[in-house]
Amino acid sequence: MAQAYAQSFAVRQFRFWITNYRRTWRGTIYSGVLNPVLYLGAMGLGLGTLVDAHGTSSLGGVSYLAFLAPGLLAASAMQTAMGESTYPVFGSVKWLKTYQAAIASPLRPADLFHGHLLFTAMRLAMNSVVFLAVMAAFGAVRSPWAIVGLPAAVLTGMAFATPIEAYTMTCTKDTSFAMVFRFGIIPLFLFSGTFFPISQLPVYIRPLAYITPLWHGVALCRSLSLGTVQPGASAVHVGYLVAVTALGIIAGNRTYQRRLYA
Amino acid sequence: MADPDILIRARGLTKVFGDFVAVDGIDFELSRGEVFGFLGPNGAGKSSTMRMIGCVSPRSGGELTILGLDPSGDGPAIRARLGVVPQEDTLDVELTVRENLLVYGRYFGLRREAIRERTAKLLDFVQLTERAGDEVEPLSGGMKRRLTIARSLISEPEILLLDEPTTGLDPQARHVVWDRLYRLKQQGVTLVLTTHYMDEAEQLCDRLVVMDRGKIAAAGSPRELIDAYSTPEVLELRFALDEQEQAAEKLADVPAERIEALADRILLYTEDGDATLDAVRARGLEPVTSLVRRSTLEDVFLRLTGRRLED
Repeated sequence: MAQAYAQSFAVRQFRFWITNYRRTWRGTIYSGVLNPVLYLGAMGLGLGTLVDAHGTSSLGGVSYLAFLAPGLLAASAMQTAMGESTYPVFGSVKWLKTYQAAIASPLRPADLFHGHLLFTAMRLAMNSVVFLAVMAAFGAVRSPWAIVGLPAAVLTGMAFATPIEAYTMTCTKDTSFAMVFRFGIIPLFLFSGTFFPISQLPVYIRPLAYITPLWHGVALCRSLSLGTVQPGASAVHVGYLVAVTALGIIAGNRTYQRRLYA
Repeated sequence: MADPDILIRARGLTKVFGDFVAVDGIDFELSRGEVFGFLGPNGAGKSSTMRMIGCVSPRSGGELTILGLDPSGDGPAIRARLGVVPQEDTLDVELTVRENLLVYGRYFGLRREAIRERTAKLLDFVQLTERAGDEVEPLSGGMKRRLTIARSLISEPEILLLDEPTTGLDPQARHVVWDRLYRLKQQGVTLVLTTHYMDEAEQLCDRLVVMDRGKIAAAGSPRELIDAYSTPEVLELRFALDEQEQAAEKLADVPAERIEALADRILLYTEDGDATLDAVRARGLEPVTSLVRRSTLEDVFLRLTGRRLED
């Protein structure tokens, strides 16, 4: 009974975000297409020509474009997750106070959290589908396994969405997000194996990369796109991403409760 | 619960934030169909009490039963039967008037069809039909308040909670809101409201409690409270600033039940204001202005707490 309750309540909040999204969806589709086209064009093709000319044995013998594209798929899922779990959530509790309105209805704080996570998952799936289609159009896909890159990218995004959203509910100022972006998202984006293999990193920094969810997401997506999947490694990646997502949910259940039920 | 017409019952209800006791062991009961008010100044504990009744703030102590249920375990079931008009507007200003009601109705699990029907009626009731398709952002403060009231009614609640429903509105907008609330009262809706406006409490409330510093100082109907804690009439006198203190001393033996010397005027509580004014003049005192008026809840509050309601 309590469980059925919780599911339907989260779906009610998910529907709110859909209603809200109706006003802005066109713009997000536009940027969803433009983003991979620009990155794959400039870095995959442009920069890639220079990289390929020097030989790509350190990339596993594939073109730079084919190496880069699945990494960007995972990294862009992280970016989408960051965008969805900060300002829209913060605005709901701080500026619009629509969260305060929602908890006067039967919905509980955790229902608002889970409803927004459903919406975030939907946005991640939309952006990842578009990204995979652009990848295919650029000829950057090497294996039919790439289709499994869709849930892999969504999972990568969720591993960021749940802890970041949990954190957002503890923030009183939106300047906190600039810090997360500057000291979290950007370094991860650059040094988690998206643009070059982490074997190129100094030995003592490498363990840092292994504990970041993005590296696991990048490695997983890349192995799928290149058709180099290894069951053991994939299980570790998926397990790690699921664990981080789950911890984020536990943390968010608490921070939502604390923020909204004073 | 023995009496099904008792909708809310609180016993020793307490709310503590850290070291601060916001609500200090209050008792009250709310019956079906009545308009019940919490009157008190800012910081008296009214909003904390409302949030506990609204099941969005766990109580720190005491008992609270709402519609026969316990908020600590049955929050969703209770909230499904409450309507809430919060102190601060919490409308989604990026959506239209109609969409706000749609979104809110969906929170209560209502079907689109039902929401559409109720939306038409409610927008008519709060006089916003022409603005149905407009975004909320540019609406005036009074319109937003009325929309918030419409939103709170979308689920046809058994109890409507209003936390300072007219704070921040201009006098004309306040009167429109009062008029709508009065109509709800006529329709038999049970209302609970907090206010620091004594005229609001007097006009709307069947019964109220005067709150001060987390405690209930007195309870009753506005009439009962005025009869119990004040006199039928009040004579308000203003003297030139330099004469005020002296005048207060000379007035000490004027026949009045009680004298309150405020910063800017002197209040004499009496059965007959005009007779008292004659007595003042007979002592050779000539106030700059004098006013005889009936006692209000403001006077009750002053008597109970030694302070004024609105500052």
